[in-house]
Amino acid sequence: MRAIITVVGKDMVGILAGVSTVCAKESVNVLEVTQSILQEFFCMVMLVDLSGASVTVPELQKKIEEANPDMTIHVMHEDIFNSMHRI
Amino acid sequence: MLNISDILETITMIQEENLDIRTVTMGISLLDCGDTDIARSCEKIYEKICRKAGRLAETAEAISAKYGIPIINKRVAVTPVAMLCGISGGDPVRYAETLDRAAKSIGVNFIGGYSALVQKGFAPGDEALIRSIPEALATTDLVCSSVNVGSTKAGINMDAVKLMGRIVREAAERTKDRDCIGPAKLVCLCNAPEDNPFMAGAFHGPGEPDTVINVGVSGPGVVRSAIAKAGKDKNLNEIADVIKRTAFKITRMGQLVGSEASEALGVPFGIVDLSLAPTPAVGDSVAHILEEIGIETCGGCGTTAALAMLNDAVKKGGVMASSNVGGLSGAFIPVSEDAGMIAAAESGALKIEKLEAMTSVCSVGLDMIVLPGDTPAEVISALIADEAAIGMVNSKTTAVRVIPAIGKKAGERLEFGGLLGSGPVMEISRVSPKAMIERAGRIPAPMQALKN
Repeated sequence: MRAIITVVGKDMVGILAGVSTVCAKESVNVLEVTQSILQEFFCMVMLVDLSGASVTVPELQKKIEEANPDMTIHVMHEDIFNSMHRI
Repeated sequence: MLNISDILETITMIQEENLDIRTVTMGISLLDCGDTDIARSCEKIYEKICRKAGRLAETAEAISAKYGIPIINKRVAVTPVAMLCGISGGDPVRYAETLDRAAKSIGVNFIGGYSALVQKGFAPGDEALIRSIPEALATTDLVCSSVNVGSTKAGINMDAVKLMGRIVREAAERTKDRDCIGPAKLVCLCNAPEDNPFMAGAFHGPGEPDTVINVGVSGPGVVRSAIAKAGKDKNLNEIADVIKRTAFKITRMGQLVGSEASEALGVPFGIVDLSLAPTPAVGDSVAHILEEIGIETCGGCGTTAALAMLNDAVKKGGVMASSNVGGLSGAFIPVSEDAGMIAAAESGALKIEKLEAMTSVCSVGLDMIVLPGDTPAEVISALIADEAAIGMVNSKTTAVRVIPAIGKKAGERLEFGGLLGSGPVMEISRVSPKAMIERAGRIPAPMQALKN
């Protein structure tokens, strides 16, 4: 199962490292990363694979949030985005 | 990978604009539960509901967690109970108690189907069920009731309309110590759909399969915000396109959740009901969409036209997003459940007469309107007749869910809590329709019925 992690907040050192460390620890495989600055906010989107993971989607979100308390984190199933934006 | 702004748009819709799945409703046929012994009949009903829908709440919660989408209500709709009353006889309230008990045991929010379809007349069981509605609603918590009094094909059963005015009043009187909650769970319909997942009008029609999953989506906040983002310089054609695109996205989510639930429960997927269903929460209002389109306050001139466009664009956008569309599908305008409608009614901008006009172009009818406590039964009956006439002539569903606020007058309010919200008491015409209602009988089906 694949999920999308989004991280939005004030730009600072170590955001990517902070999120990917949690992923590595929970055996979540990072497939793709895109990041940019949108309206002065740092914005990162990661496509990850949870098929070998030790956590569920809500648990992963909680763990990333704990490790990155200053950022707004969302982890959602990839199908939501596919169904909404692709015909 | 997907476009970053598409991803953020979806997240904003869910997190900030109250996009949610309003309800996953399981329809269950009780036709095989009928028994000439009412006790045995109730036993079979309880067993079947628990067997078929026992995992509904837990499955919906699992899907909600998996996708990160809130699913607000889990509901069950059953075969109109009047049909079972016809077989068993006895006190229909026993069925209401059984449904209430089953709903509580499986952990759903509402159970609908304490209903009778009497558009052409009363069959065995129908009248007994209707007369028992006030007691059934006063003694149960989760049971919702509906009565279909008219249709384009059959005309309007004015005997039933006359009776329903009294039933609505009585339901309010029996629950006057609880803000008259009884009639908030009772709706009179014309052209009632058999697969509607929304309460209080949900029931499992006799043409439906044994069990089925129907999904109702919501998202007025998302539509309002999309119109706001489009800007003030867009013309109405462009605004209609914005609504269509947004409705498409909302409905796709409903389709995803519905097919997932249907697979997990091993129950066929029925329909997605593409309705904009407001809640009292800030930013979840249909009235605010109309105001965003450009009406200063909902209820002013232009409201009906704006609503007509909104309703049509929602359908056009949604219909391609789902394999099967059904139920009510359109915009809901329940007064007490919509922060913008409440404010408009309190300010005097929105009146019952305007709401009636609005119901001729949107998906439902006069919904969650609080009337003065001394409104006579025949005025309520006449209001139901007016609304049924709009539905009958325009071949659309219309409904009346009004709450006489016993002991209160215009300017005061009722608090229902939860999704039902709170509503100001609204003025209604005092001109007496008594002589017409006393005539009773039937209004014949209109020419529109003769399509064959």
